[in-house]
Amino acid sequence: MISKKHIPLAATMAVFLLLYAGASIAFDGFFSWGVFSNLLNDNAFLGLAAIGMTFVILSGGIDLSVGSMIGFTSILIATLIRKNGVHPLLAIAAALAIGSALGASMGCLIAWFKLPPFLATLAGMFFARGLGLIISMESIPIEHGFIRSLGDFGLRVFPVTTIIFLAAIVAAVYIAHFTRFGRGVYAVGGNEDSATLMGLSTSGIKIGVYTLSGFCSALAGAVYTLYTSSGNATAGTTLELDAIAAAVIGGTLLSGGVGTIFGTVIGVLILGTIQTMVTFEGSLSSWWTRIAIGGLLLLFIFLQRFIQRKAQGGKSSRQ
Amino acid sequence: MIKRIRTSKLLWPVLALVALLILNGLFTPGFFHIEMKSGRFYGHIIDILNQAAPVALLALGMTLVIATGGVDLSVGAIMAISGAVMALLMSKPGVGMAAAIALTLALCVAAGAWNGLLVASFEIQPIVATLILMVAGRGVAQLLTQGQILTFHNPAFAFIGGGSFAGLPFVVTLVAVWLAITAALTRLTAMGMFIESAGDNATSSRYAGINVRQVKMFVYAFSGLCAGMAGVVIASGVMAADSNNAGLYYELDAILAVIVGGTAMSGGRFSLTGSIVGALIIQTLTTSIRAQNVPVEFALVVKAVAALAVFLLQSDAFNNMFRRGKAGA
Repeated sequence: MISKKHIPLAATMAVFLLLYAGASIAFDGFFSWGVFSNLLNDNAFLGLAAIGMTFVILSGGIDLSVGSMIGFTSILIATLIRKNGVHPLLAIAAALAIGSALGASMGCLIAWFKLPPFLATLAGMFFARGLGLIISMESIPIEHGFIRSLGDFGLRVFPVTTIIFLAAIVAAVYIAHFTRFGRGVYAVGGNEDSATLMGLSTSGIKIGVYTLSGFCSALAGAVYTLYTSSGNATAGTTLELDAIAAAVIGGTLLSGGVGTIFGTVIGVLILGTIQTMVTFEGSLSSWWTRIAIGGLLLLFIFLQRFIQRKAQGGKSSRQ
Repeated sequence: MIKRIRTSKLLWPVLALVALLILNGLFTPGFFHIEMKSGRFYGHIIDILNQAAPVALLALGMTLVIATGGVDLSVGAIMAISGAVMALLMSKPGVGMAAAIALTLALCVAAGAWNGLLVASFEIQPIVATLILMVAGRGVAQLLTQGQILTFHNPAFAFIGGGSFAGLPFVVTLVAVWLAITAALTRLTAMGMFIESAGDNATSSRYAGINVRQVKMFVYAFSGLCAGMAGVVIASGVMAADSNNAGLYYELDAILAVIVGGTAMSGGRFSLTGSIVGALIIQTLTTSIRAQNVPVEFALVVKAVAALAVFLLQSDAFNNMFRRGKAGA
């Protein structure tokens, strides 16, 4: 019925549905449009960062800079609007351009100089966080007619931030599964040497992947700024961990080549549901969220391990 | 002799440290000034030695982990757990200091061994395996302290993080002794060779009869122990356990220290002294930026650029670009 390839995704879906059903039974008022709409909106920026992260992980890399990038772009946008009187759209466009450029630079270091992705993006993480804090240590509230009208517009069905998130999901699914670039990402992550031998430009694909992740996290920063109506240089601290966790729970293998954007989105929703449940419970403290996420990570990693071993027909998977 | 110095792995890290110190001497008035007050030295240099200690301890454990081709992201979280457990035990009457420290460190070894179990027996990638404890560990520490900052008072315990020995902060002696013990463990026994061999090629090591699993278990448990010690030092220095912030980002500093010190991320040969020098370089950078009256935030940017420069210098691709022109290279 379900092909072996889809078992992790099915497991992720099952966990999400079970969690959501359990929470709906346990808490009055959990099963409502408002709660679901908030679930999407509260996790829009995490979701955007996680989508970019998924592309990177699919290509066999990792991007530790996404959390810092959110803080940097958030404070950049707020400062441009508040102190320099730039129109919000222009400020966001500038942030997206700078975010993509930073991502592309990390991609170049990884593709051309063969730096381990872990190290290159670690440096990027310090760099972006430092830049953000240099712009301003204090959070900057923003007040602008355009942003207010965006907010009014959003009251109809979904807030603007949710719409951006949903649009990004559609775009990301299209890029991952229906474009040459997307297939290249899977190929490079599956086996870089064969991808090269097939004539794919592995450097180009890698640079593209980190540029995309930079763009996504800059967009996440913009969404965060709209969501909180303020810029904050410390926003997104340790968010890269949640983004990686969402991808792994969503069935993406950290060794690259296997995973889906859809799975990551469900992973983000699982993390969000746990957070909402902890809030609904009231007596549970916030640290239970972290412990629960750690436990889920462990569960899914074991599941992936188990499936991989079975796929190898009981042969020793040690290399 | 000159060739030995030129090809030494320690050459670049030590040169970088010396260059940093000279720059500081030129631009920071009184940088090398050391004063003796009531049997204890004070000055920028002493501060650097003192503040580099936790990262230096972490770096020793991290060096061995990286040498096996792995990485340990959970050390910061283990530090938070260590501080929390220590604070809980110290606030209980009737628990002796030695027993409290022993119990805390034993717990941290267990936490490290858990990482080792995931990596060695279940063959989970090190980044993922240690990510679990990195995420959940801080939650556990917060659970232990109920999200509060636990303070306690114990002059004897304060000595570890704040006391002085032979005129220097006690932690300097602690790091030196721990470096000696780690070096003895790895260089006087075959362990160091096993670790390098496992990092170079795990398959051939196994064929050669090395129990790669046990080697990996050992390095992760050892890294847990080092993280526990760093956590105890921090808790003792501030007489409190802050589960939210203790050890935050320390794993990154420790990894940087190891790489800057000349151990390759891909595993294989390692240099313990190099990692200590790396920890000193990172702390000197931070201290010197603070001394320049520029905002502390610049430290992050400078650290990032400096780290990138070192990574590039060590990368083959970068070196080949400049060697290409030379004959025979």
